[in-house]
Amino acid sequence: MHIDITKRKGERVEFSDASLTRIKELRANLPEGKHKSAIIQVLHMAQSELGGWLSIETMDYVAEVLDITPIEVYEVATFYTMFHLDKTGKYVLEVCRTGPCMLVGSDKLIEHIENKLNIKVGETTADEMFTLKTVECLGACGYGPMLQCQYKNYEFLTPEKVDDLLQAMRNGNLETYQP
Amino acid sequence: MKGRKLLIENANISGIESFEIYQKYGGYRAVDKALKSMSPDDVVEEVKKSGLRGRGGAGFPTGLKWSFLAKPEGIPRYLVCNADESEPGTFKDRYLMEHIPHLLIEGMILSSYALGANLSFIYIRGEFMWILQILEKAIAEAYNKGYLGKNIKGSGYHLDLRVLPGGGAYICGEETALIESLEGKRGNPRIKPPFPAVKGLWGCPTVVNNVESIAAVVPIVNEGGDSYAAIGIGRSTGTKLISACGNVARPGVYEIELGVSVEEFIYGDEYCRGIANGKKLKACVPGGSSVPILPHYLVTKTASGEDRLMTYESLADGGFATGSMLGSGGFIVFDEDQCIVRNTWNFARFYAHESCGQCSPCREGTGWMEKVLYRLEHGNGNIRDIDLLAEINKKIEGNTICPLGDAAAWPVAAAIRHFREEFEWHVTSREEALLRNYGLSKEPVTV
Repeated sequence: MHIDITKRKGERVEFSDASLTRIKELRANLPEGKHKSAIIQVLHMAQSELGGWLSIETMDYVAEVLDITPIEVYEVATFYTMFHLDKTGKYVLEVCRTGPCMLVGSDKLIEHIENKLNIKVGETTADEMFTLKTVECLGACGYGPMLQCQYKNYEFLTPEKVDDLLQAMRNGNLETYQP
Repeated sequence: MKGRKLLIENANISGIESFEIYQKYGGYRAVDKALKSMSPDDVVEEVKKSGLRGRGGAGFPTGLKWSFLAKPEGIPRYLVCNADESEPGTFKDRYLMEHIPHLLIEGMILSSYALGANLSFIYIRGEFMWILQILEKAIAEAYNKGYLGKNIKGSGYHLDLRVLPGGGAYICGEETALIESLEGKRGNPRIKPPFPAVKGLWGCPTVVNNVESIAAVVPIVNEGGDSYAAIGIGRSTGTKLISACGNVARPGVYEIELGVSVEEFIYGDEYCRGIANGKKLKACVPGGSSVPILPHYLVTKTASGEDRLMTYESLADGGFATGSMLGSGGFIVFDEDQCIVRNTWNFARFYAHESCGQCSPCREGTGWMEKVLYRLEHGNGNIRDIDLLAEINKKIEGNTICPLGDAAAWPVAAAIRHFREEFEWHVTSREEALLRNYGLSKEPVTV
């Protein structure tokens, strides 16, 4: 697979003081010299706080903060599927497509979102509001079909509920969405 | 007495996620008891007596696993809780941690005490970030109340407990991959031996246990191992959380006494209440996506005509020829409208996606199976493809470092074994197969 590295470059970014304090805490919670174990948690923080995806610059910065080499960060960031290595929209909709969700209609849900947003799985809307992804089992098999967005689950979805959800996201008042 | 619940009886009490309410309903009694009147070996002994078997899927006796832990002088040992619940069909640990987080923390204290660990970890999948926050809150409460930290309740025992998230990788549910991930690396499983009990986290002796196994230590210490072992049948003792999903009328998490009949579990009022929308049962995967699928005529009865029970032994009755496994308790039910070929392709895609890529048979084999199943499902298959799948299967199974290869191979092999006609129909009647589903498979005629 060819990867266009130029698309993975980003701005130089920095954590807030609160996050840097939190990272210090995480390190202090681990045995002496084992701070590398905080890497996944710090990558989650970086992705949430620093633009929604992990550019090469962001990963280099994480390496700096954790006193490890950049390659150690790249290795981890490229292995775990929750980390986005390409620029995403504001909201990344991750729809579960695995068996149990498929049995209760995840295929139709994915198709509905594709049509609604006029994008295919893996694409981002022109206004950079939404990125649609499919993911493997999120451990919500009895509550499907479902999607996850920004660490929050939206379960027992129907086309109508998804429409409401997308609208609430678009309007920037996600808290008003009633599942 | 039937229908005893030892784990989630109190899960719906309002406020049970807080220390006060949890303690009010008997929480932390087991820790008080163990630290006051039991030695670490006493706790191990009770767990051995209980017959508790690992609830993550493999069903290995927990007490025995604990007894393998190496205890060299001057080297720390670790307990790690596997909360990386990612087996398709399984969502029981999530329920337990979300609703009654202190039960897991109490179990962690007891188990760490039994193993002599002074620093323990809960490794939770990254997609459960909100549960990580629930656990961190509960842990902070436990520290506050003197149940974690230095000199717990004046016993002289110290324990620190940390929660660390994963980043989205099914493979990290495999214990050595989990340890790698906990060390801040890619989740590539390690070659065994050495087993984690000898060389685990940071090269130190480590025990990795599933959430439900650790939670079960609480009632075992409270009531005693014998009383736990009195529940269930044979070597399937105690209660088990089953997460029912797919086409059942009432999906959800149920705590069953091992030994309930499958018939009762699917159709009983207390449990799933039958197939959704009044449809017929077509098939069932009783223990998470990795275990063999059973056609409708082998779900409630074994091949020899006995009632099939929700136990490790009964679900495995008949071996892989006509049986399956209890696995993780991810109980996936298929109604008559579901396409087995499509589902097999879906699961194959899952394993291809989740293979870590370390071993060639798994990395190449899972992707190959996915491609072949894709063309069968989408009307481009060849009759030889069915045997080709069986062939690829044999080349993966047993030839990989970790069990993901087997887990990918078994569901495909079982689907072909029981639903061969349906696969053939996808080749011989491809137009029709694209438009409608095959329906129920015929019961084989026994001569």
